[in-house]
Amino acid sequence: MKNAQPKIDALHLKRRQRKESFFKLLMAASAFVVLGCLGLILVTILWKSLPALKLSMITRMPGSGYYLGKEGGILNAIVGSLQLILGATFLALFVALPAVVFLHSYLQKKSFLAETIRFSLDVLWGIPSIVYGAFGFLIMITFKMRASLLAGILTVAMVELPILSRAMDETIKLVPEELKEATYSLGANRWQTTTRVILRQVFPGLVTAVLMAMGRGLGDAASVLFTAGYTDKITTSLFQPVATLPLAIFFQLNSPFPEVQQRAFASAAILTLLILIISLISRSLSRRLSRHKIL
Amino acid sequence: MKTGWLTEREKIQKITTAFFAFSPLVLATLIFLALLLKAHPLLSLKSLPGLIFSSVWQPSRGHFGLWPFILGTMWVTLTAFILAVPVSILTSLYLSEYAPGRWKKLFQPVLDLLAGLPSVIYGMWGVLIIVPIVGKYLAPLFGHQSSGFSILAASLVLAVMILPTIISVSVEVLNSVPLALKEAALSLGATRFEVITRVVLKKAVPGIIAACMLGLARAFGETIAVLMVVGNVPSIPHSLFSPAYPLPALLANNYGEMMSIAGYESALNLAALLLLLIVLSFGILARWYLPRIKRRLG
Repeated sequence: MKNAQPKIDALHLKRRQRKESFFKLLMAASAFVVLGCLGLILVTILWKSLPALKLSMITRMPGSGYYLGKEGGILNAIVGSLQLILGATFLALFVALPAVVFLHSYLQKKSFLAETIRFSLDVLWGIPSIVYGAFGFLIMITFKMRASLLAGILTVAMVELPILSRAMDETIKLVPEELKEATYSLGANRWQTTTRVILRQVFPGLVTAVLMAMGRGLGDAASVLFTAGYTDKITTSLFQPVATLPLAIFFQLNSPFPEVQQRAFASAAILTLLILIISLISRSLSRRLSRHKIL
Repeated sequence: MKTGWLTEREKIQKITTAFFAFSPLVLATLIFLALLLKAHPLLSLKSLPGLIFSSVWQPSRGHFGLWPFILGTMWVTLTAFILAVPVSILTSLYLSEYAPGRWKKLFQPVLDLLAGLPSVIYGMWGVLIIVPIVGKYLAPLFGHQSSGFSILAASLVLAVMILPTIISVSVEVLNSVPLALKEAALSLGATRFEVITRVVLKKAVPGIIAACMLGLARAFGETIAVLMVVGNVPSIPHSLFSPAYPLPALLANNYGEMMSIAGYESALNLAALLLLLIVLSFGILARWYLPRIKRRLG
């Protein structure tokens, strides 16, 4: 305090307390606004989707005249989205896991190389998914491919790679240095230390990272817009186009028929439910898996 | 720690993982080169400033001025940022300093869900709720005519989208401020709010700036949600109530079917390249600036 003689008269204290309660109210109001926004979004989706939310939405494919408001469902998009994110997440993990192992077992923490790799991950993280979509499209035309499940998987894997790598990197950074040193002192080399001790320690965190990347891939529409195409059938080969849930919502919402628009709302409810399931699985898994953590 | 020598097997392990570790660097370079290569035909015809600062967008006549799109991106992103930052910081302060434990437990899953919701759902919500509100109530209130599909609608949707990102990271930062510091200040007779402004925030500012940068990056690249509510009119925006056409929306609407008009493809790839370069400069700024703030605050 700068005042040598702090004024502790009642008036002064009252003013400070008034300021306190004013800002406290402002903060509580902000928190309420945030909570209200989520409530509003969920209520809107649920309320709008109820008329079209039938079992046939998830058990049937679009029949003839589906986009004019006739019978059918979006099974093609649900299956397509799952095929796409499973493929993409597997591919992204296949690259991200060894990359993170290398960062942590063979590089010094602040070395130039480690910083460069982390910087490029940061940049990749920030690149809008529409740019990945454009890049995927350029790859496609270079290799004379059509919009297909394979092209979609490649593009979504590129979107997921930085999300996954950064999340795993952050998790591994939290492992205490002493644990590493203890392992080295027992004669383990770097590879053994990372794969047999550290990765097992952070396994719950890795699972959370994978599920988070999966959720992001599931909801991303911009990257599959030109690369995955769209189809009314279930995709059976890597070289066929594939339907995805976000695009199903997007296309149906642009329809002039109210019945089709309502199905867009129902599709949105289904997508929200899938995201919710993934986040619930992630929570319960990470709780169950961390029972055996040492530190 | 140096081992001096590695066995044959360890060498293989090291080289294989190194191969994958370089992939982010290679990927970023490849994207940059591919876009540059595709944008080059147009760049060799016209000057870069001429393309960026011209506001005439008439692809069929060979005019590819990107200025309306760049302005659209800036308006939408910055307005969303200005709307989201105060609310996020106040909320995260409330959550970390005032809220009872039960509230905190309730909020975390809510934030996770909000952060995980796909952009198309935010866009749908925007079309259903925000656009009518802006068109029917907010625009007349400020004396404007608007269909509701406007910069303000897009910014509101974006602001809600980036709230959870900024709040989650800020709360984590605020929680890491040592309790002993707060207790010391309280014991000297500071009110809780004074503890926040004079102790907690001083420690947490670099982290909160980083959280805001994350939110900014997310808002900047958002495509589908913005595209659905922003109106997509390629002209210079006059006010928050006029429609705009940000760069990502331009790409999303036209990228697949651009082959017939000469130069169009190059122009769109140039737009993608601009997005990449802006992300890159954000990244460099964050790398260079954040450690400096941290050092200055000690």
